[in-house]
Amino acid sequence: MQAITTFFWEHPLTVITFSPLLGALILLFLNKRDVSLIKSLAFIVSLIDFFLSLHLYFYFQSDTYEMQFLEKIPWIPDWGISYQVGIDGISLFLVLLTTFLTPLAILSSWTAITKKIKEYMVFMLLLETGMLGVFIALDLFLFYVFWEAMLIPMYFLIGIWGGARRIYAAIKFFVYTMAGSLLMLVGILVLYYLNYQTTGEYTFDLLELMKTIPPPAIQTWLFLAFAISFAIKVPMFPFHTWLPDAHVEAPTAGSVILAGILLKMGTYGFLRFCLPLFPDATIEFIPLISILAIVGIIYGALVSMVQQDVKSLVAYSSVSHLGFVMLGIFALNTQGLEGGILQMINHGLSTGALFLIVGMLYERRHTRMIDDFGGLSRQMPIFATFFMLVTLSSIGLPGLNGFVGEFLVLVGTFQANKLYATFAATGIILAAVYMLWMYQRVMFGQITKPENQRLVDLNLREVIILVPITLFIIWIGVYPKPLFQKMERSVQHLISQVNRPRIIKVEREVFLVSGPNKMVYWTNVPRIKE
Amino acid sequence: MLDYIWLVPTFPLIGVTINGLLGKRLPKKLVGLVACGALGLSFLVSVIIFFTLLHLPPEQRYLEKVLYTWISSGAFRAEAGFQLDPLSAVMILVVSGVGFFIHIYSIGYMHGDKGYARYFAYLNLFAFFMLLLVLANNFLFLFVGWEGVGLCSYLLIGFWYERKSAADAGKKAFVVNRIGDFGFALGIMLIFSTFGTIDYSEVFQAAPEKFSPGALIITAITLLLFVGATGKSAQLPLYTWLPDAMEGPTPVSALIHAATMVTAGVYMVARCHVLYLLAPISLTVVATVGALTAIFSASIGLAQNDIKRILAYSTISQLGYMFLGCGVGAFSAGIFHLMTHAFFKALLFLGAGSVIHALAGEQDLRKMGGLRRNLPITFPTFLVATLAIAGLPGFSGFFSKDEILWEAFSSPHGHFIYWLIGIVTAGMTSFYMFRLVFLAFFGSSRIETDRTHHIHESPPSMTMPLIILALLSIIGGYAGVPHVLGGANRFHSFLSPVFSGHHGGGDVVDPSASTEIVIMTMSVLVAVGGFLLAHRMYIKRPEVPAILADKARWLYQLIFNKYYVDEIYDFLFVNSIKNGANRLWQLFDVRVVDGSVNGIANLAGQGSSLLSQLQSGYVKSYAASILIGAALIIGYYVLR
Repeated sequence: MQAITTFFWEHPLTVITFSPLLGALILLFLNKRDVSLIKSLAFIVSLIDFFLSLHLYFYFQSDTYEMQFLEKIPWIPDWGISYQVGIDGISLFLVLLTTFLTPLAILSSWTAITKKIKEYMVFMLLLETGMLGVFIALDLFLFYVFWEAMLIPMYFLIGIWGGARRIYAAIKFFVYTMAGSLLMLVGILVLYYLNYQTTGEYTFDLLELMKTIPPPAIQTWLFLAFAISFAIKVPMFPFHTWLPDAHVEAPTAGSVILAGILLKMGTYGFLRFCLPLFPDATIEFIPLISILAIVGIIYGALVSMVQQDVKSLVAYSSVSHLGFVMLGIFALNTQGLEGGILQMINHGLSTGALFLIVGMLYERRHTRMIDDFGGLSRQMPIFATFFMLVTLSSIGLPGLNGFVGEFLVLVGTFQANKLYATFAATGIILAAVYMLWMYQRVMFGQITKPENQRLVDLNLREVIILVPITLFIIWIGVYPKPLFQKMERSVQHLISQVNRPRIIKVEREVFLVSGPNKMVYWTNVPRIKE
Repeated sequence: MLDYIWLVPTFPLIGVTINGLLGKRLPKKLVGLVACGALGLSFLVSVIIFFTLLHLPPEQRYLEKVLYTWISSGAFRAEAGFQLDPLSAVMILVVSGVGFFIHIYSIGYMHGDKGYARYFAYLNLFAFFMLLLVLANNFLFLFVGWEGVGLCSYLLIGFWYERKSAADAGKKAFVVNRIGDFGFALGIMLIFSTFGTIDYSEVFQAAPEKFSPGALIITAITLLLFVGATGKSAQLPLYTWLPDAMEGPTPVSALIHAATMVTAGVYMVARCHVLYLLAPISLTVVATVGALTAIFSASIGLAQNDIKRILAYSTISQLGYMFLGCGVGAFSAGIFHLMTHAFFKALLFLGAGSVIHALAGEQDLRKMGGLRRNLPITFPTFLVATLAIAGLPGFSGFFSKDEILWEAFSSPHGHFIYWLIGIVTAGMTSFYMFRLVFLAFFGSSRIETDRTHHIHESPPSMTMPLIILALLSIIGGYAGVPHVLGGANRFHSFLSPVFSGHHGGGDVVDPSASTEIVIMTMSVLVAVGGFLLAHRMYIKRPEVPAILADKARWLYQLIFNKYYVDEIYDFLFVNSIKNGANRLWQLFDVRVVDGSVNGIANLAGQGSSLLSQLQSGYVKSYAASILIGAALIIGYYVLR
């Protein structure tokens, strides 16, 4: 026991990342007919993992931008590949979001999943390990392994437990993401060889690679290779069409994880790789990415407005929300970045909750079409309350989490470019339109369908799923300070990395008393205006 | 004592928590007691605070209390903090006071409703956000209250959500307000990027130092903020949600859509008077929008038959007056009218609620009449409120409306035209209000027979607030008796620390006091004229209205149909956006964007099936292709 504790204290990230995998291995040895044992064990493993991850929150140092809980073990030393993991104020919250949402997602599958429960739970746990790995990896090779590995369980979750068109959706999801990833792989290898040319050392170590910056002309291509891969994941307009298909077909838990966490890998990729590795290209691409983000915000909202399936409505709304995140990131100032990161968490909570809520409806009625509902408030008052709260969080009502992130993104953007902010702000009008209209058609009015007369309100398990999310929604809305404190240094460092002065060598004749001397100056040319 | 200012919004929040979480399980009496008690305590604290302020010398009547830092990101800081000064003191008195009486009234009005606890939880939540709004010490915290009251308005308009019209109206209110908030939010951002802070005291101190009057950026800020005000306070062109908001329970209309929430825009403009005074163009816009809204909406009120809708259009019109006051620089006159209007318009709505209650839900004036005998308390109190809003001397509306009209005429920012619009509107107001009174309470009964046996005066919980508000509608005006009538205008001097150094209105001693008397006499004449006209048309010769409507048919139809503004908006915005979005989805997203993704996939698929034919499995064809290939390679080298 002592040994385990010590090991955890020394390797918290490794333990947190791989305990779901361990849980999955144990599940494999259980009799598949022991359904309740399998479900309970999977839930308990993920729940324990959440409590373990709280360690990271409480022992996180807010006063440094350095990577924390760092572990580095050589893996394939000849090629400069190592198992290197660590987190900073940006990845901390994504790790926590993952460990927080996974147990809830498992709990939401309690009665919804009826076939192949053992395999389902194994994939859920494998997925958790994959996602955590993506957020903690600080070695590009390791990152790529996790990035690809995580696709596999998700592919099966959609393909086996999904809806009618699940095969189409699963393949589309897999191939689309894969196509992007391959570009990134090429980018990683180019970066690897470039670094060798400059330093004479082969390494995939991200922290080492960050120290050299490729020449601007090559940066553009490398940025594109990474960015397309991430943009598909986000998804940014026009790479978004896999998302509605995947969401509509995925089981509830799959949608929760997909929206809550997988999409954040795209935005996280921009933060972790594109910005610090390719600062010149980042600045070069600000207009393109910002405009695509704004198009995404408005386009996603408009298309969302006319959806007839609640799930695809929420899916398109994700395109809109993630547009805000991207816009904030590429404002490249404190408010924009902090707002963007917070909005990643907020979207995970509120959209995760929306998918859970839609799942609860689907379990009762086996339909997600808006027209099949109407007047549910009378039958399901508790459900109505949670649904309203999450809806309000999603449309950014002050006092709830969404507002803080969205407003900061807009403040940041406004300072960078007033026009961008003005266009993006129309998103707050449209969000109210599509969400409230949907809510009205589902919950208000008279009950017109006889099937809806018999609907039962939420049971205890469902309330237990929604209460923690609700608490976070309110907490972040009322008192977001702890989050900002923890991300502040990392964000500042990120800005300084992008803004890393291009060092220009200037030789100048300086006359000293003893005679002319040559002195070398290093001048700084900041990249972005403060 | 002033340090306890945070208690004022805290009590209603406790009420929300209790009724929101446990309300269903509590007995109805307790639910009502908790909700009313919570606001009653807020009112009590507000009164104590008000008197504590009065005892302080005017320059010390100011307090800032920061609870904690809400958002802090780089240079951007927003606090959860309160600011207490005479302006916010007046506002919390009005909100908690009028709110308290309306809460009590609701006990009687809502007694049979299924959603009793939900209703009171929402009502308390509204009070909480409204108090935050008027107490906030910075723009973003104000915005919390601002959107929060919008939420409660949405929830309470759609309170009877099973009615489609109610749910629609709630959504419309929220969305139209969001359009205003879009401007408001941009205004806050512009303030931050201009001043580096969103704190009232810092912004208002820096503004006159950094900018001279007419500065473009201040004009932009104030106009953006005013966009928010036109949404929240239902001014042109964003007023259309307020008449529909009458779908909510009547006490809600009284509290939110008459007395308090809709005046938030006026409060905000007055709060930012430092900025507005630096932007003459914005002042002109505020005054013009206010004046036009006042007359436009009063004209619609002339021909409506729904008792609540008349009052709704009247509210929009009166809000226009308040903006007119602010726009001509008479901020304290605007706030004065805000207060008196809160009294008499809340009373009108509650009175209308009592009538509707008595008639089991009937709201159509054509199906009323002669009710003065059946409703011995409702009728006189309603009459008092009518006299007050019509501006008959001695009643509160007379003093406040007259101050605005006088300022519109005489202030350096004023203009003869403003005054003219104002006085015509005053005449219309008097006419449509007395028309309402005559149609509802006088003449012979036109009540449907199945409702007649139900008619009764409301219970004491409903009539008691009517009496108190009637008293306030009379005496409320004496807080601001103008100098020319020998008064001291205490209201104005109480607010003067806030508006000091600027032209706050009221204290301008005009060299020609006789002009002021003349202006005042004219408003009285107009009010009496409105009364006489209504009396002639609806009491003496009831056949006249129909003849008139028939003679000027198109005009009547135009007004009756509210100038078709809703239809125009639907056509221009609602439907076109909906259709456009549908096309965007079905034509562009599915066919073009997704089509090209699937197209690429198909292309790859077809290409590979084409290539796969090469791998036929026949050894002969393989041998043939090896032969041809070898021949080609050799041929290439030989012939090169």
